[in-house]
Amino acid sequence: MGGNAWTILRSLNQERIVLVVAVLIFGAAVIALPGFFTSANLISIVRSISVLGILALGMSVVIIGRGIDLSMVAVMAMSIAWYLQLLGDGMTEHSALLLVLGGVLAIGLLNGILVAYAEVPAIFVTLASGSFVFGYVRSQLITSDAVPVPTGHWVELLGGLRLAGIPVEVYLFAVLSGAVFLFLRFTKWGRYVYYAGDNPVAARNIGIPVRPMLVLRYVLSALIAFAAGLLTAASLHSINTRIVNSTLLYDIVLVAVIGGIGLAGGKGGVRNVLVGAALIGIMLNAMTIIDISLLYQNLIKSTILLFAIIIDGLLNPRDEQTAQQGDI
Amino acid sequence: MKTLKTLLAAALVSVASFAALPASAQDPSPAMYAEALAGKRVMLVPMAMGFDLAQGWAAILKHEVDAFGGVFETRDPNWSVEAGAQAITEAIASDQKPDVLIVMSPDLNSYSKLMKRAQDAGIYVLLIDNPANFKADAFIGSDWTQLGRLEAEAVVKGCGEGSSKKIGLVQGDQVNATSLYQYAGIMEVLDKTPGFEVVAKPDSNWDATTSRNVTATMLQQNPDICGIIDFWDGDATGAAAAIRDAGKQDQVFLVTTGGGEKAADCDMIENGTYGAVVMTELAQESYNMVTIIKYLLQSGQPAGTSSPFIYTLLKATTKADLKPDSCWDLKALQAMAGE
Repeated sequence: MGGNAWTILRSLNQERIVLVVAVLIFGAAVIALPGFFTSANLISIVRSISVLGILALGMSVVIIGRGIDLSMVAVMAMSIAWYLQLLGDGMTEHSALLLVLGGVLAIGLLNGILVAYAEVPAIFVTLASGSFVFGYVRSQLITSDAVPVPTGHWVELLGGLRLAGIPVEVYLFAVLSGAVFLFLRFTKWGRYVYYAGDNPVAARNIGIPVRPMLVLRYVLSALIAFAAGLLTAASLHSINTRIVNSTLLYDIVLVAVIGGIGLAGGKGGVRNVLVGAALIGIMLNAMTIIDISLLYQNLIKSTILLFAIIIDGLLNPRDEQTAQQGDI
Repeated sequence: MKTLKTLLAAALVSVASFAALPASAQDPSPAMYAEALAGKRVMLVPMAMGFDLAQGWAAILKHEVDAFGGVFETRDPNWSVEAGAQAITEAIASDQKPDVLIVMSPDLNSYSKLMKRAQDAGIYVLLIDNPANFKADAFIGSDWTQLGRLEAEAVVKGCGEGSSKKIGLVQGDQVNATSLYQYAGIMEVLDKTPGFEVVAKPDSNWDATTSRNVTATMLQQNPDICGIIDFWDGDATGAAAAIRDAGKQDQVFLVTTGGGEKAADCDMIENGTYGAVVMTELAQESYNMVTIIKYLLQSGQPAGTSSPFIYTLLKATTKADLKPDSCWDLKALQAMAGE
């Protein structure tokens, strides 16, 4: 009997624990909160975490490869703000988009090259590049915190797009989840991400192009950040760069880590992101319905993150053989 | 204004009576004015330089301070309380410390001690827009309780008699005085208006995406809400998006408040996104600052002598009473200041 219980307990990895907690909160909310279990509210839950989930997908790919990208929110907000500013100043659609995409690629490359070839710890590189992106764009390229979408522009129309009553960002989240899943699971380069994350030295010894792939991951996360920015602006008809100072970056890490993607790298996948995003979405929605003030919402959220990190530390201990200074 | 004018006039008369008039009648006042103001340093430390109000204040202040031969500087804490505190600390400690420090405080208490230190160092401290627990040399800005009352009156009017009378609030946060006082003013009016009730009051933390998410939830829980008050036009675009997504533009009357910048407020009233906006008369508010600065620099009184409140006139503007000059244009103002 005792042995049986222990087996069950051991089989409870973090992802399953979080899934159980999410289902429990969901069940409680269905029973206790009238108006929670309606199709409209469920859609709004998924929608409210779509952008967060998309960002978490990008972050996960980086984290699985034993890195972290703290510049994502800055890239997301500042790229789209610059894009809208260029359009507002009368630049043509094509050149504005090309210019901004070029900028986004450049930041991704810069992050990747500094981490892969200069071997600077990712946490410092991306922290610095995030600040740089914010500071440069805010001071040199745009004139105020909030930049509106020009009236009638396709970004504005994108925000109003519905298929079967479901907002477009939900579909994009689904499509990107599928794409990242296929990439990580079934492509050679996707599998390499795990090998490189689990043991970079061994991965390199067996001939995996560890460094170029590292660069690729940071470019990917920058591009995903740009997509998330587009969706945000599409929905709000403007972008406020103040979001860079918000807790969004921590929420992204929260979604990834809480779902069970170990910060030590080499573990987890899209399923973990979905589970993490589900828990956060259900929790925030329920807390808003109950009218819990923001201070307590943040307290509850951070307590859960702390627990997730502790459990993560216990279940996914650092690999002393491959751990090195500068790892997260 | 009137008292000021009288004071100045009195000073003028007394000066004139003492001075022996030279052959060609020369007004000595401009020379005295110039002597008192030339080279004086004025520093503006808002919560951030990146939003419409701060840019509007800065444009007008720069124009005026340059005109009297002073030096105008700004510091941009970019919404960081620590960076703002550091800017004030450095201003006090620097060799060329400002003569007038204009501070927009992020909350009631963070800068209170620092601002007192500035006054002790002989710097006049003007508190603008956000109230704080501190006796500034003048508070210039909105009476936020009154602002809340005006918002509530606008939403009551927007909902109308035959409506559900259910109101949703999207508050800012629970520390900023503007949010707390606004809430008090709104509740004061709604409590007195029979039938009206607040059905939900989430916080947006001044973030548009959060505002959108909480408003979406609010509308689903209370589909018959007739009016929403979002506490700042900086995040009310989110509440507006949620209303638009729910297809309730004709049903929900959205009220917010802002600095009266054209793109942020008037354009949004014009296209029906906002039902009403309680706007600050930015130009008036900035010229109030200018007047107080000119007065203080000539008064000779030590910093901290008096602490008057100079409230700016507030007005709820709707589409019906929108006029070409209801808003100010940031681009035009910046052009004026030569930026």
